[in-house]
Amino acid sequence: MVLIQAIIEIFPDLTKGLAITITVLIGAAFFGYLFAFIAGLCRLSSKLFLRKFTGLYVEIFRGTSLIVQLFWLYYAIPMLFGIELGSNWWAGVIAISLNYGAYMSEIVRGSILAVAKGQSEAAIALNMSRYQRMRFVILPQAIRMMLPEFGNYSIQMLKATSLVSLIGMEDILYHGNIIRSTNLSQAPIVYLLVLVFYFILALPLIFLTRKMESFSKKGVASG
Amino acid sequence: MNNWSWDVFVDAFPKIIDGLAITLALTIVCYVFALVFGFFWLFIKMIPLNSLRWLVTWMMEFIRSTPPLVQLFFIYFAWPMVPVVGFALDEFTSAVLGLGIHFSTYIAEVYRSGIEVVGKGQWEAAKALNFSKRRKWTKIILPQAIPPTIPMLGNYLIIMFKEVPLASTIGVAGILHIANSYGAQNWTYLEPLTIVAILFLILSYPSAIIINRLEKKMNRRFDKKETLTRSKGATA
Repeated sequence: MVLIQAIIEIFPDLTKGLAITITVLIGAAFFGYLFAFIAGLCRLSSKLFLRKFTGLYVEIFRGTSLIVQLFWLYYAIPMLFGIELGSNWWAGVIAISLNYGAYMSEIVRGSILAVAKGQSEAAIALNMSRYQRMRFVILPQAIRMMLPEFGNYSIQMLKATSLVSLIGMEDILYHGNIIRSTNLSQAPIVYLLVLVFYFILALPLIFLTRKMESFSKKGVASG
Repeated sequence: MNNWSWDVFVDAFPKIIDGLAITLALTIVCYVFALVFGFFWLFIKMIPLNSLRWLVTWMMEFIRSTPPLVQLFFIYFAWPMVPVVGFALDEFTSAVLGLGIHFSTYIAEVYRSGIEVVGKGQWEAAKALNFSKRRKWTKIILPQAIPPTIPMLGNYLIIMFKEVPLASTIGVAGILHIANSYGAQNWTYLEPLTIVAILFLILSYPSAIIINRLEKKMNRRFDKKETLTRSKGATA
């Protein structure tokens, strides 16, 4: 009974953080996919500078950890340039989206390269322009291959949103920490509930990912 | 760029380097723990009991899709408070358990994918040759299952290295923790955090290149094997 009472007490407090977690996730996912497409396409560009520059971006952000990038954006950038990022919401969203954008750009690049060469040759034979080739022939096939990986990365991004509590954003974990610091003996229930919160948020993403996996396999000769 | 100070950089650099040993040690210990614990998941899933398998599958899904940071807090702050079974753990052990268990669920998937690579015919051949269970695994299954997983496991070592700074949140004195406390003391985060970023980059980038090469080598080897068996099949 004590347990249920504690859960009833803690639950509403944790829901206060739900809005921040979800908005950070949506922001990070939106910009993350955007960066992924921009960087992925730039790496396939014929311009050497563009290729090298995005290559540098991808390697830097894949080579260091997200938590370091987040702290760097939040603490170091304002010191370096004397500018503020506006809010810690933006610092969190930009750090997560730049980091996962770098990872996902490799997915974009790999999927585009994985489209059979005959497809683009056929498009050339049909006298399509470079843009048309990409838009109507390559991308529709490549995006199918990207979808399951994008689903996986959206779960990763959800997990990453918990880091914004470290830069003072009041997300689920932040509220959990507050409750724990006022009542130490409740720590197990608090963190278990926080974990359950994240898992419930992840469930739709898990099912979506599975659906995308079957969708991307449907009607395609495996080979 | 007027806020950058080389004096601070030179002052902070040796202090942060001191934390590198702990960061690397934590990476290795977490990684070994995850490798061993990955087998645990694999074996427990092999027990032919549907309800248990279902439970374990969801447990792994739960661990995999919730933030490692919260799991770390759970083990460090909450585990000592759990009635009956709970006991206090120091920061390093908590980090090993938290990150190790989190990554073991990924490692278990790698093992599983390795075993799935081995074709059905190989299992049947082992049976047809009347191999004992031990010989089947050591002579037929594992020699084929292990090589393709090596680059994947290498990748997870690099990923682990990049997740280890999470342990600074519970006070493990790795490079990020030292950089943060240096920043708080001297009120300058720019140089110490930049040093941390550079250290991560120069350690993880070359390892990533090595893994990449290894992967290409493995792929080539396996393509060769495939064509070899295919040509054999054609002549037989």
